Amino acid sequence: MAKQYETVIGLEVHVELATKTKIFCGCSTAFGGEPNTHTCPVCTGMPGSLPVLNKQVLEYAVAVGLATNCTITQSCKFDRKNYFYPDNPQNYQISQLYLPICRNGKVEIETETGKKYVGIHEIHMEEDAGKLIHDDWEDCSLVDYNRSGVPLIEIVSEPDMRSSEEVIAYLEKLRMTIQYLGASDCKLQEGSMRADVNLSVREVGAEQFGTRTEMKNLNSFKAIARAIEGERERQIDLLESGEKVIQETRRWDDGKGESYAMRSKEDAQDYRYFPDPDLTPIVLDDAFLEEIRSRQPEFREEKMARYKEEFDIPEYDIEIITGSKHMADIFEATVALGSQPKKVSNWLMVETLRLLKEKGMDPEDIRFSPENLAKLIKMTDAKEINSSVAKEVFEVLFDQDMDPEKYVEEKGLKTVNDEGALKKTVEEVIAANPQSVEDYRNGKEKAIGFLVGQTMKAMKGKADPGMVNRLLKELL
Amino acid sequence: MANIISDETIEYVGILAKLELSDDEKEQAKKDMGSMLDYIDKLGELDTGDVEPMSHVFPVKNVFREDVVTNGDTREDLLRNAPGEKDGMFMVPRTFE
Repeated sequence: MAKQYETVIGLEVHVELATKTKIFCGCSTAFGGEPNTHTCPVCTGMPGSLPVLNKQVLEYAVAVGLATNCTITQSCKFDRKNYFYPDNPQNYQISQLYLPICRNGKVEIETETGKKYVGIHEIHMEEDAGKLIHDDWEDCSLVDYNRSGVPLIEIVSEPDMRSSEEVIAYLEKLRMTIQYLGASDCKLQEGSMRADVNLSVREVGAEQFGTRTEMKNLNSFKAIARAIEGERERQIDLLESGEKVIQETRRWDDGKGESYAMRSKEDAQDYRYFPDPDLTPIVLDDAFLEEIRSRQPEFREEKMARYKEEFDIPEYDIEIITGSKHMADIFEATVALGSQPKKVSNWLMVETLRLLKEKGMDPEDIRFSPENLAKLIKMTDAKEINSSVAKEVFEVLFDQDMDPEKYVEEKGLKTVNDEGALKKTVEEVIAANPQSVEDYRNGKEKAIGFLVGQTMKAMKGKADPGMVNRLLKELL
Repeated sequence: MANIISDETIEYVGILAKLELSDDEKEQAKKDMGSMLDYIDKLGELDTGDVEPMSHVFPVKNVFREDVVTNGDTREDLLRNAPGEKDGMFMVPRTFE
């Protein structure tokens, strides 16, 4: 019988924090600036410059630690990790080795095989490096230090995961928790969340872990799942053919569906960590932790439970809406303005999701305000506009977040509720379409649909279809 | 000198520090490092079991800044230090991952 193997996976997840400025200097972290325009002597490692910790970084790191059931290291410090590479002008990265800010946490995940905990070994604060662009024309590399010093936290899990499903569930859980905290937008594609996968295999029942490899360059959940399957198979094949797994870092090529060993750096991995003398120790008292704890938001599970109690909307809607803190905020604010929950949910679930998908956007990118959505719902409820006009108005609202009342007024989109005017148009339509009228009178019920359509067209869509239907029937 | 630094060690330290040392410099560095380690060994004679490791000499803690942008664009100054420049970026010998 073939041997049965178990996959053992641990993750190192880097998350870029949503601060306005870098971790140790007042340079902007805004995305998309011209190269090297968000730099200063601190983040370009000039001699004599002095780094000072951004308080918001500390608060976010502690908030994430508390949300993942970690013990906060109330007396902690920064260390220097020494290495030479052009993306790092200081020749060391400021990180935390000896006393990371958070330790010994755990998060609960749920997969088809049930619920389980994944342990968090530690979370530490560190700075990002600059960006290297390879220039084939000049055969050189170009360096942009705008990212140098952007704050990161690295979340190191215990080797507690056994399948790609568990890994994805764990990442989803982290992402949701961190997004709810507002500590990061956690977009894998854009690199604000990055996962390195440590994976080994062992025979089922074995006590010792096998030799692990680390895989990098995984920038979507799908790529992570494929890389895990690929690496599991590669390691099992090696073992089955009597070879050994080598501990190394591998780069996943998602296009080819295979990984390859990264060229080992010329020098040994000897980072010679030591405490950073420029940054003062951090001592956090209980009051500080209590303050952060008191500011923690309602997390997704709590929100889902409350929605089930409070709102008469389907469970599926609740799952989608709470899948984004931003969308949930819009939902709640719109309901608070007096709109019926089911109607708000419908706008989010149908039109909003459709437009997001069409435009390739995330729920976090929604820009329309609860006020304007509530106004649109109110106008629809009052039959001031009909549903097809409402959809048109919503598309503009989605893009521009304008006041829908003013917009409808200016564009003259209000439903004509003046029965006299409508009756006149209906009469004209009847006169102009004798064939359909005859069909209808001969019992072809469907013919009335055509006449309704013609009337709506003549009214430029601004009539109440119900009223048109009724008038047509009366006049026929 | 109690601590003898081997040729391999000085070679390795040189690689880590990206230093190219002549044979004379290597001999001098071996001596210097040996005497530094002797000095550290002297400290090691003390019983420090109950002493917290110290990472900073000044009794200062919790120096933070608020998350407010204070720096503007100083690219021109920055690039004055660049060995080469292209499109507002530093030009360096090609690197590999």
